[in-house]
Amino acid sequence: MADASYPTDLLYHPEHDWARIDGDVATLGITWFAQDALGEVVFFDPPAVGATTTAGESYAEVESVKAVSDVIAPLSGEIVEVNAALGDGPEAINDDPYGGGWLVKVRLTDVSETDALLDAATYEASL
Amino acid sequence: MSRYTATTADDLKTMLDAIGASSVEELFDAIPEGVRLRRELDLPAGMPEQDVYAHLLDLARRNTSAEDEVTFLGAGMYDHYVPAAIDMLLGRSEFLTPYTPYQPEISQGGLQVMFEYQTAISELTALPVSNASVYEGPSAVGAAGYLAKLANGKRRFVVSRGLHPHSRETLRTLSHGYGTEVVEVPLKDGVTDPEAWAAAIDDETAAVFFQQPNFLGAVEDAAALAQAAKNSPAIVVGSYDPIPLAILAPPGACGVDVAVGEGQTLGNRLDFGGPSFGFFAATEAYLRRMPGRIAGETRDVDGRRGFVLTLQTREQHIRREKATSNICTSQALNALAGVVYLSWLGRTGVVELAELLLQRTAYAREALGAVDGVSALHDQPAVREFAVQLDVEDLEAVRRVIDRCQDAGINPGYALGRDYEEHPTGLLVAITEQRTKGQIDRLAAVLGAAVAAERSADREEVSA
Repeated sequence: MADASYPTDLLYHPEHDWARIDGDVATLGITWFAQDALGEVVFFDPPAVGATTTAGESYAEVESVKAVSDVIAPLSGEIVEVNAALGDGPEAINDDPYGGGWLVKVRLTDVSETDALLDAATYEASL
Repeated sequence: MSRYTATTADDLKTMLDAIGASSVEELFDAIPEGVRLRRELDLPAGMPEQDVYAHLLDLARRNTSAEDEVTFLGAGMYDHYVPAAIDMLLGRSEFLTPYTPYQPEISQGGLQVMFEYQTAISELTALPVSNASVYEGPSAVGAAGYLAKLANGKRRFVVSRGLHPHSRETLRTLSHGYGTEVVEVPLKDGVTDPEAWAAAIDDETAAVFFQQPNFLGAVEDAAALAQAAKNSPAIVVGSYDPIPLAILAPPGACGVDVAVGEGQTLGNRLDFGGPSFGFFAATEAYLRRMPGRIAGETRDVDGRRGFVLTLQTREQHIRREKATSNICTSQALNALAGVVYLSWLGRTGVVELAELLLQRTAYAREALGAVDGVSALHDQPAVREFAVQLDVEDLEAVRRVIDRCQDAGINPGYALGRDYEEHPTGLLVAITEQRTKGQIDRLAAVLGAAVAAERSADREEVSA
């Protein structure tokens, strides 16, 4: 399992999600803290492509050996892609939470919602 | 602690001191005054043990057990022989007494039983995944409905009228909470009307439900019923009688997504309706939507064979407040009876048993068909149960015929009119390996006499 890290090029939601913004598309995932708290992830239940996310609300579920947990959307938008590789390899969420463990890509409804997210230092200080 | 030793005032004080409470009453402080009863329960006074025994014996004697009469009553629960090996194994305290294992891997024997049970159900159904059992048949049907709702988000259940009335009632009851609705498809010539079935299935159908053999004993064309749903989002649920599965095409070969059923016939006595268990098997696509628990086989660090609780994705301790299944202690003991029974019969034995049922049922259909005042209700293939019509006035007359037969020591079956107003004079007759050819001949004689007596009583009433 990777060491604790919170990359500075990402934005963070207090419910332990990260977002990587690229124009009006955001890649979403869960933070190192979240995967560490969950323990070994055994299943990711993705939303359908075309489904919508609402900032602050659940859009998917991750199941670890301990529990099934909601994944909270940091931003609102429409799912344009889900990480199909997680179907056979959900452990990427533990091993590489900011890389191969990404969950979905979302076309944002309102890019200004990113203003409400935290930077790495603020998020890490909140833990 | 002995159950014959009362807690003394000293015991109470010690316990209260240990937790820092001043009185027992204080422990209930959290209960608001408004919901407290503040009077004694309306119960009779205590009785001496000997009187209680006599009272219970009196109550028990009001029942007629399947041992007290020759019974052709089935309608979902069947009078199969239960071998002594089952009682012996079920009586072992390792199986009899434990509560649900919250640290399951410590109970390797319990997990091994679950694993072997699942394997047996998987083989019977030809479906890759079986859970470790649910409460009973109808709740398994209900749980299949919930699985469908979770999987495709649709809200309508299309249900064949051949599905057991208790299962249909359970689906309707649960639908209040699920936010689903139940649409019933009628039977035609004893089986699900294929045209009405196809017409009822659309893009809003969450699941379709049929029973094999259906409640009237008729063997359905399961593959055709499943095929009719393939162009819709609907999940195909078949409710199966496990013993006929030994000779019928298994659900896994018929396009059925979820196979459920009542497990009573597998080594569980009738016991006046329960407890029994329900089985629940599915294709791999629905693995994570299944209720209950699934045990798996693995190797420990030293390479030895061992068992683990592999999946319990809908259960309370994994899904916490979002749990959608709560099997708890399950019916593990009843399911154990099921796997012991199947092992006792063995691969060929279960087929021989089903073939025996097939032959005796065919003989009984013929024998009853030759009785004056009795005619076939349908001509569909049947395995262990079939429906006839009595040439009498109505349901009440059928009940009187049944009473007359019971007076002669034979329970002739189930009055179909209780659940099917379209068959007010129907009688459902069940066969098990315990019903001999001689008993079937006696049924034909007794039923014929009872119908004749009812008809002559009827004529007298008319002429008077």
